[in-house]
Formats: sequence, structure tokens, C-alpha cells
Amino acid sequence: MPTRTVAGVSVDVNDEGFFTNADQWTEAMAPELAAAEGIETLTEDHWRVIKFMRAEYQEKGTGPTVRILGKTSGVSIKELYQLFPKGPARIAARIAGIPKPRGCI
Amino acid sequence: MVHRIVILGGGTGGTLTANRLRRLYAPAEARITVVDQDDRHVYQPALLFVPFGLADPDEIVRPRGRQLHAGIDYRRSAVDHVDLGGDAVHLADGTTLAYDVLVVATGAVLVPEETDGLDGPGWMDKVFTFYDLPGATALAGALQRFDGGRLVVNVVDMPIKCPVAPLEFCFLADWYFTERGIRDKVSLTYVTPLDGAFTKPVASRELAGLLADKGVELVTEFNTGTVDGATGRLISYDDREVAFDLAVVVPLHNGAPYVGRSEGLGDELNFVPTDERTLQSKANPKVFVIGDAANVPTSKAGSVTHFEGEVLVENVRRHLAGEPLDASFDGHTNCFIESGFHKALLIDFNYETEPLPGHFPTSLGLPLLKESRLNHLGKLMFEWLYWHALLPGRDIPGVPTAMPTAGKVLFPVLTHKEA
Repeated sequence: MPTRTVAGVSVDVNDEGFFTNADQWTEAMAPELAAAEGIETLTEDHWRVIKFMRAEYQEKGTGPTVRILGKTSGVSIKELYQLFPKGPARIAARIAGIPKPRGCI
Repeated sequence: MVHRIVILGGGTGGTLTANRLRRLYAPAEARITVVDQDDRHVYQPALLFVPFGLADPDEIVRPRGRQLHAGIDYRRSAVDHVDLGGDAVHLADGTTLAYDVLVVATGAVLVPEETDGLDGPGWMDKVFTFYDLPGATALAGALQRFDGGRLVVNVVDMPIKCPVAPLEFCFLADWYFTERGIRDKVSLTYVTPLDGAFTKPVASRELAGLLADKGVELVTEFNTGTVDGATGRLISYDDREVAFDLAVVVPLHNGAPYVGRSEGLGDELNFVPTDERTLQSKANPKVFVIGDAANVPTSKAGSVTHFEGEVLVENVRRHLAGEPLDASFDGHTNCFIESGFHKALLIDFNYETEPLPGHFPTSLGLPLLKESRLNHLGKLMFEWLYWHALLPGRDIPGVPTAMPTAGKVLFPVLTHKEA
């Protein structure tokens, strides 16, 4: 299994860079993960989405799709794309250290 | 005691469940009631063929009640809501049905109104869907009148019914315009929110190769925010644009609206959270879910519904007998992919195993993930099997409920390399 070093700690990831074990993630890793996605500063709104992603993953075993994020996170889909321009569900899942959302089957 | 079993929905899942249960229980043992709001059972796989004049809209619809075995009550009414605490369904006509077991089989509904502009100017004029019968029928006329330009096929977002159907539409469009002698005047583009042609890696590469072979441009990771029918543009949330003269759009899907009115039953999209192995709802042990209405992580497809039927009916029996449930549903999916010119591919997969090449169900069977005439004949024969074997709730000979591995190449070398 591939690994990657984030904030000085080695973590397990899949070949697309998603964490495979969400428990290995710490908040301290988020800024470095975000920078790798081209997001230089994590604002309060970014953090709201990151925490929502993790809470959804803990509760349901998978991260939400962008459609469900738009309906339930309190941040509209348009705003989600401004926060995470290249695909909110995917990018936020990587920064939040959860496995790839399996919404698309 | 007579078991009271109420089944909501008289489509594929509700019909085959009712017929299997009727065979399992004598009338003195169980009263089985099927509820649906209309009496038109559409053979949905043929919706793909209607726009190309390959299926007659009148011939793919039959009365729901007549697909049900004798001794099954058929109630024609919309559902107002389910009262999980009171073990009762409240119908829109004011009556109440009490149940010992409830089976939710009300499928998915299209919600074009949830995409900005989709049902606005140009809808049913140069923006169509083939995912319902009126749309597919109107699109047939539009394709006949189309004599060149940009045809764009767009999936707004997952989940959708039959995720291969939009790809099949592209393949058939290539065939259709070639037959009409105007293929060189038509550009075909497939626009998807996924990062590839399909959801699963091996099949995605094969299908992307097939799109390229047929001259269909592939646009990925496009999350449609707006459909502007007036100016002929799809606009994504990240402000990319795809221009069209004719757009064929697969709208967003939700579960049935009454699920949202039934406290505790559904999720944000009105699908019902369901145990993926037993098909029991997570909301209440008396409630089971079959087909597109469930949120299980497999395709929303008739073949899945058929394979679910055996496990679901066994678990209804076990629940009523106070026995532990059978957790054996493996997510088995089996789809013919029509690729035009009288050929088709076959894919076969489950929760754990993605679609792989090889043969189905054993090494002597139909070729998997590869175009062949035999698969096309299989696809055509499936319509007869649907009405005469699948809906009556019979097993199809040679097609087991659990996914077979005998003919599959587990470490494939592919025809189409990664693009």
C-alpha cells in the first residue's frame, strides 16, 4: 500500500492520494494537504466543510457527494466550488483525510 | 395469524417480490398488497431504443396489475407517508394499510427542476432526456429532424438509473447517424461528472477506448450547474462551458417524494438507508427495501433488483419466523451495453469485484467487456425474459444470484490502454 508523509508523519493512502485510514489524520496535517491541492490558506468556511466531511464519514462510512454537501453542509454548491475549485467532494475528502467518497457507483 | 405484507411500488422490484412471496405463502398464511399510483408498467431498458426508432413506445408498456399473480391485492393510489412507529402506510386516497412487513420498491424519480435552467427555455425543444417515456418519444422526433451539429450527452450527477445507458446512447447515436449518412456532419460529446467514462477502473478504460474509436469526445469531471437551452450551453460550477445544438441530459435522481414525508425513513435524497447484505432498512426491522429505492452501493439497475429478490424474500420469511437474517447479497450486477451496429458488451460485477474481461457465467459463456453480436442478441432476448421470467419472480437458468467468477480474467490485459 502506498504511503505519504504529511506534517512529518507517514500515512496510508490509495493510488489517488486518498487516506485509507481516517484515524491517521490530525488537524495539523490539513494545511499541508490543502497546499498540495493548490489551496494556500484554510479559511473558517474551508474548516466548516472539512469537519462536516469527517463527521459524515464517521456516521455513514463514506464521505458525502457534492450534491449532498450542497444540501446539508450549509454551504451552497457554488460556494463549495469557490472553496475547493477542482471538485469539492474529492478535494475536501483528501484534505479531511477520509477515503474516496463512494457516491458514484 | 395471517401475515400482512404491504409492498409500495408495482415496478420491477415490487412485482417480482410480490410474485415470489405469493409462491412462498399460501393465501391463508399471508395477505399481500401492492400499491402503485398508476397502472403503467414501463419496460425501462427499452427507453434507450425509443429515440432511435428501435422500440415502439406503445409496446413497452403493460398494465401493472396483470403482472401480479392471482391472490395479490393491487391498490391504485399514491402514498402520502409511512408511519414507522405505527406500522402503517397512509395512502393519498385517505385509507390506511397496517403491515407486519413493509417492502419499499418505489424506485427513483427524475428531478430536472433541481438543475438550474434544465426544465426552462429549450426543454423538450433542444434539451431532452430519454429517461422517461414522454422524453424518449419526443427525442425520437428531434433526432429525426437533426441533420447536423453538436449533439451533447450529459449526466448531471450520480446516482442515476443504469449508469451505462448514457454511454449506450452515444454508441447508438454514432450508429444512427452513420446509417443516415450524416455522421460527418454530427459531433458527439459525452460530458460526465466522473473522472472517466465509467465508475469502475477497468471498464472505464475499455469504454473510454470505445468512445474514442467511435469518435465521441469525452469531457470528464464536469459538474453541470446550469443548462442554458436558449443559447445552447452547459455551464459547470467551475465555469467551464460545452456548447450544443441538441442536448440529451440525464437529470438528477431522488427517491420517491413520500419517503421524504415519512419521518425517519429516508436520507437527504429520499433514498432509504439499507443494509447492503440483508436488504433490511436501517430505519426499522419490519421494513425491507428492493431496487432503486435503496441507497446500497451498487448500480440502480433491473438486474440488481432481480438478484436482490431472492435474498429479500428469504429475509422477509426469516423476519416473520423470528430467525436471523441471511446476509448474502453481494451487489451482483449484470448489464448488456449496446454498442451499435448489432453488437453489445456484457459486464458482470459486485460490491467487491469490478467488471472484468473473460466469459459469463463460465469460460464457455458470453464474452465479457468485449463487443460481440451474441451479446446484442442477449440484450434483445432480455425483454422476453423480463416479462416472462424476471417479473414472475423466477430464477433465470444459468444466471445465479451470487456473482460467478469461473469465467473471469482476474488480472486482465486490456485491449484499450489507458488514454
